[in-house]
Amino acid sequence: MSRLEISGLRAAVDGFEILRGVDLEVESGQVHVVMGPNGSGKSTLSHVVMGRGDYTVTGGSVRLDGEELLGLPTWQRAVRGLFLAMQYPVAVPGVPVGEVVAAAARARGVDPAATLDRIGTEATRLEVRDEFLARGVNDEFSGGEQKRMETLQLAVLEPRIAVLDEIDSGLDVDALSDVARRVEAMTEEHDLGVLAITHYARLLDELRPDRIHVLMAGRIVASGGPELAQQLEATGYEGLAADLGIEEMALRRPVAADPFAEPGF
Amino acid sequence: MAASDIDLGKYKLGWSDTEADYVYKPKKGINTDVVKDISHHKSEPEWMTKFRLNALARFERKPMLEWFARNMPDIDFDDIYYYIKPIDKQVSDWDMLPEDMKHTYERLGIPEAERKFLAGVTAQYESEVVYHKNREDLEALGVLFTDMDSALRDYPEIVQQHFGTVIPPGDNKFAALNSAVWSGGSFIYVPPGVHVDMPLQAYFRINAENAGQFERTLIIADEGASVHYVEGCSAPVYSSDSLHSAVVELIAKPGARIRYTTIQNWSPNVYNLVTKRARAEAEATVEWIDGNLGSKLTMKYPAVVLTGPKAHGEVLSVAYAGPGQHQDAGAKMTHVAPETTSIIDSKSISKDGGRTTYRGLVRVEDGAYGVKSHVRCDALILDEESRSDTYPYMEIEEQDARVGHEATVSKVGDDQLFYLMSRGLDEQQATAMIVNGFIEPITKTLPMEYAVELSRLIELNMEGAVG
Repeated sequence: MSRLEISGLRAAVDGFEILRGVDLEVESGQVHVVMGPNGSGKSTLSHVVMGRGDYTVTGGSVRLDGEELLGLPTWQRAVRGLFLAMQYPVAVPGVPVGEVVAAAARARGVDPAATLDRIGTEATRLEVRDEFLARGVNDEFSGGEQKRMETLQLAVLEPRIAVLDEIDSGLDVDALSDVARRVEAMTEEHDLGVLAITHYARLLDELRPDRIHVLMAGRIVASGGPELAQQLEATGYEGLAADLGIEEMALRRPVAADPFAEPGF
Repeated sequence: MAASDIDLGKYKLGWSDTEADYVYKPKKGINTDVVKDISHHKSEPEWMTKFRLNALARFERKPMLEWFARNMPDIDFDDIYYYIKPIDKQVSDWDMLPEDMKHTYERLGIPEAERKFLAGVTAQYESEVVYHKNREDLEALGVLFTDMDSALRDYPEIVQQHFGTVIPPGDNKFAALNSAVWSGGSFIYVPPGVHVDMPLQAYFRINAENAGQFERTLIIADEGASVHYVEGCSAPVYSSDSLHSAVVELIAKPGARIRYTTIQNWSPNVYNLVTKRARAEAEATVEWIDGNLGSKLTMKYPAVVLTGPKAHGEVLSVAYAGPGQHQDAGAKMTHVAPETTSIIDSKSISKDGGRTTYRGLVRVEDGAYGVKSHVRCDALILDEESRSDTYPYMEIEEQDARVGHEATVSKVGDDQLFYLMSRGLDEQQATAMIVNGFIEPITKTLPMEYAVELSRLIELNMEGAVG
């Protein structure tokens, strides 16, 4: 049984605070979805949890099974069982996924050969064609191929908690369904805990989360079960903000300040 | 696999065996007497003595090119040994080698490599080839693979007919110097239609302080023949600068194919100035695959002169420059005949203040119609202190020539590092993986052992700088 606890998390870029006290808890086998409008700080949340160096953590804590992760380098968070599936997985030309996964297995003290064997199985399951296994990871992949490859690595590495950053963006309906089925199976078979971050409600239909959280202007403003999704569906983010008496949904700051923000921010 | 057993630690290669047992050690510096002495000592035919003396005169007449002089202001030609002979006779049995030399070679992993799959080994220690073994079935095919000195003695006609025809002594100052004082190197002749299906290999090392190494290699693939020659280099660390100035000539007769693979890992005080040129006759293919690590300064531009219609030339190169190092490397393609094609693919990596330069020339001569050439040079810069420059030259005298050029300069991105680190790799592993991916288009053309060795060498160089 694992538990990711985010409490009072605050983080800034260039002195501008983006996360303004985020509280979340995800346990093994659970699926939590964080939703929010553009500019609410969703991508920042995923990057800060994984330890990207471009942000300054100004407060709070991120604990995995009681151990403080803040202050640990990214790779040690990964080795301890945290995984981030990225919204825009970057290409590493000339480095096929097998090399990445084998190195990742070694870092965890796991036999790389056994791990490599599982790539084939997962590729079949996720309908990843051989040419994408042979090529540099994400090198000239379509959005859908990238997300299938992220999911493949997730399945092979078997983390305890996975953060899925906009796993639904750039996916067609079939691909989204494949990816969601695989993630769901991991929650059931391997007790994976999932923190999925998204802008769109359609992911909710696929992932069937246990809890939904709404992020606005760097804070969780509402949490609930499926009924919260229905409310959002009906009123949109603006309607929800109005109901909650929130004036500022997104953070207003120069686009250049956050190079990792989603396009259109 | 065996390659991983080879001990390739950066400074692990930086040992120095005792010099006490050297049989012959002339004075430093170069003059007519030194050159005559070398030729006499080797019992060479008169034409070679004359060739050497003629070359010496050219060396003395030729001024240092301005940009050469600028790159190595401290070179002193009078402070270099031009010929050192480590043992009296050549040996063909591994067990006959002196113990310390055997130890040296064992550290280089030669017997291991030989056992694996290499067809024959010629190892150069100082200026003479001391160990040489030729596989019997190669001999049965009529393939001649020996050191250059033996070739001059045993196959005088073939040598005299081809020696210095691709790179004449007057070509440049360092080719002239090599022509005057050359010693050792490899000689290969492949008869018409013969395909040598396993790579032929030689290792080179410099071991005496201030010992210049001037090896001379000549490879001839007769009509329709093919051969792959592989040369690995490493040199120990010295207290003062050392000069390596080789000349390599390749001749690919009509329809022949030569691939020449070099991985050089010189210690950081070596000036490495090599003239490499091939002649590709009609429908012949020549490929230079060149990995340059170490040295204080490397200036090397493998060339292919495409003299026959439909000939094809390629240069694939990787250079790594660490602290205090300058890799000035590139390629030259001279299209003399119609419908000739060429590819230049250059990758360079600079780190900790290292400097890489791509310097290349594609020349299409009048009458060479239907030429296609593609140049691609990619530089990867690992930090703010390091530097990379690109000097691509084109001289095109035929209107229908199709010559393409692409160049990229990139830095290892924070996003790439973050991506790999998020999978569990630390920063050093992630950087090494990105660098290995960057050079993968070159390493995939190497025999497996060499691909592993090149990757390992680059990783060790990067680590050495981190510590």
